[in-house]
Amino acid sequence: MWNWEKTPLTWPHFLVMLLGTVIILLLALGVVTYTIYWQRRIIAWMQGRIGPNRTGPFGLLQTVADVLKLLIKEDIVPEKADRVLFLIAPIIAFVPSFVVLSIIPFTMTHVFTAGLGIGVLLYIGFSAITIHGVMLGGWASNNKYALLGGMRSAAQMLSYEIPLGLSIVGIVLMSGTLDLNQIVLKQQQMGWWFAGPQFLGFIVFLIAGTAELNRTPFDLPEAESELVGGYHTEYTGFRFAFFMLTEYVYLFAMGALVATLFLGGWSGPFLPGWLWFTIKVFLYINFQFWLQASMPRIRADRLMTFSWKVLLPLALINLVLTAVLKVFV
Amino acid sequence: MSSLLENTNIREEEMILNVGPQHPSTHGVFRLVVKLDAETIVEAEPVIGYLHRGTEKLAEDLQYTQIIPYTDRLDYLSAMLNNYALCRTVEEALDLEIPERAEHLRVIVMELNRIGSHLLAVGSYLLDLGAMSPFLYVFQEREQIVQLLNEISGARLTYNYMRVGGVKWDAPPGWLDRVREFLPFMKERIKMYDKLITGNEIFVDRTRKIGIYDTEKALSYGLSGINLRSTGFKWDLRRNKPYSIYDRFDFEIPVGQTGDCFDRYYLHILEMEQSVRIVEQAVAQIPSSGAILGKVPKMIRVPAGEYYTGIEGSRGELGFYIVSDGKDKPYRLKIRKPSFVNLQILPELLRGQSMANLIAILGAIDIVLGEVDG
Repeated sequence: MWNWEKTPLTWPHFLVMLLGTVIILLLALGVVTYTIYWQRRIIAWMQGRIGPNRTGPFGLLQTVADVLKLLIKEDIVPEKADRVLFLIAPIIAFVPSFVVLSIIPFTMTHVFTAGLGIGVLLYIGFSAITIHGVMLGGWASNNKYALLGGMRSAAQMLSYEIPLGLSIVGIVLMSGTLDLNQIVLKQQQMGWWFAGPQFLGFIVFLIAGTAELNRTPFDLPEAESELVGGYHTEYTGFRFAFFMLTEYVYLFAMGALVATLFLGGWSGPFLPGWLWFTIKVFLYINFQFWLQASMPRIRADRLMTFSWKVLLPLALINLVLTAVLKVFV
Repeated sequence: MSSLLENTNIREEEMILNVGPQHPSTHGVFRLVVKLDAETIVEAEPVIGYLHRGTEKLAEDLQYTQIIPYTDRLDYLSAMLNNYALCRTVEEALDLEIPERAEHLRVIVMELNRIGSHLLAVGSYLLDLGAMSPFLYVFQEREQIVQLLNEISGARLTYNYMRVGGVKWDAPPGWLDRVREFLPFMKERIKMYDKLITGNEIFVDRTRKIGIYDTEKALSYGLSGINLRSTGFKWDLRRNKPYSIYDRFDFEIPVGQTGDCFDRYYLHILEMEQSVRIVEQAVAQIPSSGAILGKVPKMIRVPAGEYYTGIEGSRGELGFYIVSDGKDKPYRLKIRKPSFVNLQILPELLRGQSMANLIAILGAIDIVLGEVDG
């Protein structure tokens, strides 16, 4: 019943699908809520602090309280801002972040999500739309810090999209498919994860992915100490929450993508598929937090150089090597 | 670029950006008006005075002992040094004899305070550059220092500990032992910071060859302290014009080589090591008992005349200049505030730099707004 790609569409079937969407949405929200909580706890631990521990048992309700606070805040639109763009920018940024979740194979049978033949491409395409939201938000705010932050984001996300995409192409070449589930199956069939044979691609993907997520050491768009809040300087209340939500949903989605492409997705011995998947995503997210606690911020002008002069050649080398090996071995 | 835009209606202009007075990395209420061409700084103008409290003017209506708590609030990260600079000036004017124990206690608290101040300078500098953890790490050691100073003076930040002729309180029982216990720990931690920060490639990349000036320029701007020593010029008042009992201690004056932001950061680490050495020696030499306050007249009247004494504050030469007409209050008090003087080189350093370097350069100069504004 869950495997609806292969069965004809009927009304009950449609309802189940709708229900599945809602469940995925709520699941993602829950994951984001507790990712933020976990981030605060684990970084606090790394920094010799305690972290939130007052709201609810072990501070478990802290993020919930924070989100509620943001929701009941006044929705301020700056007088000089471009009203329409300012209002829709968070939505443009936010919607694609949930769309990309629809192709992630959480388990073998694609429970709740679509088994698209072009899964990888869809992810890259939709995540690029978010950049528009971020840039428009920064521009429409009519604030100088937001403008600088928005421009930086656009430049950064665009230039890191390319090595990111190219590093995936290596995997596509090896597995011969864009379907994420097929990629996982291929890894299972090969007996080892793509992180092994595609080692170079894996490194490029990890770095470019971190930049794509605007996370330390590539967190320039919201470089607090330089640009105050970056592109969301002027945003308050639930619109600000949207931007934050986008960020963490992408963190989750990127973790899911890394797990699927390079770490064998849901495959693994003994434990059920969804648990393996969760473990891998969890490890990735923790890796990001670890980076956040230990790295300073890279300089703005070095950022572009690094992407075009280091990551892109590496990704290309990886691509050529993969192609050569594919043909001759 | 301009040739491309000639035939269009697109306007190209410079942008004026107000950094501060409420900005996360100006270390207080400091405002910097920056003229930007894209992300390149064309011109920068510091605007100060948001924290001005008129300490110098207020001092004219206060007796010398009453001025001491006001000096606490100048460079609030190294209040002991401020206290001492004032007391020293008055003592030199009165030609007072300071008891041995008091001198040792003074050196111990001053150097502890210097370590605390340098720790925070390093931590907040890293925070400016986007690394959050070191900022929180430094508070662990600083907390111990603050605790020690709290035990001896009764305050955590604004100590009001020194008096003309000595110190207010003797060390409580066991205090010196606690200082002795703290020092090895501090040494370990300095090594840890050296390992954690100095080798970090991103950090080095952001600070090496950034904000360079040479000795000549530094001297012409009147820079002092780490900002001067980073250019390789060996100038430390503790060594060059020894005051108190600093001539008895064995310590080195670390200097930089290139005069860039990295050197200025690294000198903080090296100076902390030296301060630990000084405290170690002072704790070993301190007489186990004795007076803590010298023979000071009931009413402190500085003989008519002009007096200036500079000491090596944690940010540079901290000097108090007293003009006295023989009364119990100064006729005029002028404070040479190292942060204020060091700040003057900022516009020149910023010209042609990017926004990201602004933070790196401003942070390395290491100003405290309480001191800049006075």
